Amino acid sequence: MDLKDLYRDVIVDHNRHPRNFREIPDADRRADGFNPLCGDKLTVFVKLDGERIADVSFNGSGCAISVASASLLTESVKGKTIAEAEQLFSQMHQLLTRDDADVDVPSLGKLGALSGVREFPARVKCASLCWHTLDAALHRQEQVSTE
Amino acid sequence: MSALPAARAPVAALDVEAIRRDFPVLERVIHGRPLSYLDNAASSQRPRAVIDAMSRYYETSHANVHRGVHTLSQEATDLFEGAREKVRRFINARSTREVIFVRGTTEAVNLVAQSFGRSRFGAGDEILISWLEHHANIVPWQMLCQQTGATLKVAPITQSGEVDFDAFAALLSPRTRLVALAHVSNALGTIVPVQRFIRAARERGIPVLLDGAQAVPHMKVDVQALDCDFYAFSGHKMCGPAGVGVLYGREALLREMPPWQGGGDMILAVTFEKTIFNELPYKFEAGTPAIADVIGLGAAVDYLEELGMDRIAAVENGLLVYANERLAEIPGLHFVGTAPDKAAVVSFTLERVHPHDLGTILDNEGVAIRTGHHCAMPVMDFYGVPATARASFAFYNTRAEIDRLVDALHVAREMLG
Repeated sequence: MDLKDLYRDVIVDHNRHPRNFREIPDADRRADGFNPLCGDKLTVFVKLDGERIADVSFNGSGCAISVASASLLTESVKGKTIAEAEQLFSQMHQLLTRDDADVDVPSLGKLGALSGVREFPARVKCASLCWHTLDAALHRQEQVSTE
Repeated sequence: MSALPAARAPVAALDVEAIRRDFPVLERVIHGRPLSYLDNAASSQRPRAVIDAMSRYYETSHANVHRGVHTLSQEATDLFEGAREKVRRFINARSTREVIFVRGTTEAVNLVAQSFGRSRFGAGDEILISWLEHHANIVPWQMLCQQTGATLKVAPITQSGEVDFDAFAALLSPRTRLVALAHVSNALGTIVPVQRFIRAARERGIPVLLDGAQAVPHMKVDVQALDCDFYAFSGHKMCGPAGVGVLYGREALLREMPPWQGGGDMILAVTFEKTIFNELPYKFEAGTPAIADVIGLGAAVDYLEELGMDRIAAVENGLLVYANERLAEIPGLHFVGTAPDKAAVVSFTLERVHPHDLGTILDNEGVAIRTGHHCAMPVMDFYGVPATARASFAFYNTRAEIDRLVDALHVAREMLG
């Protein structure tokens, strides 16, 4: 296994310089995500404009994979509708967990950089934590745990 | 956070290269590199002597114990009870009636909580633990507190990771019904000077349980010299099988305690009206035990005694001193837990590299360490970190493996730092 497949340049960059790493004080939705195995803790904030995600951000602490994944998530779902974000969640879930994933990776843009995570089963939960947390926020759950 | 432990007086050295040949798993190659197994505080590896003892038992002597009159049952019983005597001698218990086989340290603590605590603790009573404890020495007491109305008190630790004795002594009160302490911290490696704590408690008539899971594999433990009331430890951290452990208990206390689980083997006579419970230690061993694992544990005791616990402790202390020196060279590495008296455990963080990433990157270099909260979340909270990386050494580890750990940490810094 080549670690460069896991820690691709995009991931390293988003870990060092996470995008939208802030609180949205007047967020319409927020949820906390927790991965007790490694201690990752994230909060995802969502500002809605009707059915559209007008702004999305996160804060917390976690490993490079969970921070980069959350950073990439905020970039990719901002401006999307809730339905589109959920569609993306479903594709990411497949990408991260299934060898036979029926996903058009190039269409995912930078999110495709996470495809290497699948080869490291112990790290899949790190990459998916932010997506479960966003999903919980959109469904008005306040807490989610990937354990 | 700079005090490094001093080297102890040398004891006749062990032939580590010969010892390594006793452990088949140490020949493994991981991701193209030789395995450096530095996760011994989570679980140690098994020497061939333990594996062979268990295989031999299954191949030649398996039957249920304490039951049949046939040959195999008698052989199995002799091997099983022989292991109990080995354990008794190893920890210097007065009698095999004080050596109860359980699934592990966790079950031993739960047994004491439920059998000793539940029947006699009540509202207003206090159980005193320390901030260093593993979850196995926290949660059973919290559950007991919920059941009985007792209160859990926690003695604080200092920045170096030592239990604050004065604060501990101040927390001993007329309502304290039990003290439960780690002998060695799993997360930090601190060796708690338990004799002082035990004396303070017993002077007040308070019984003391020690969680010895991290102590028994690395130092000579004498329960009579310690003068503790209960001592719990696990097989899998001392080169024995997982799923078996020991509760030592002072016989007078064990006699008074009701059985914890009911079933076969723990009875003398059963009618639908009444059951007469078996003698010690069987009163606490309901059901068919993990026979092969107990026999394997006995073989592990033989193996460790052959090497000598003093020599094991000396070798491991040498590794600890060397690891501290080498790790101190790494920019951005911070030691977590710097008590002067430590078992061979080094907990640390590395700036800008999360422990979980370290775990993956080190694994890719063949180096196995533990990353996470080490089942000691309050310790992590105390230091304000979500997790640490922990390298923990056994007598079969080498300086070359520590060098590989250091090289791998440099790889991690270059990749993510």
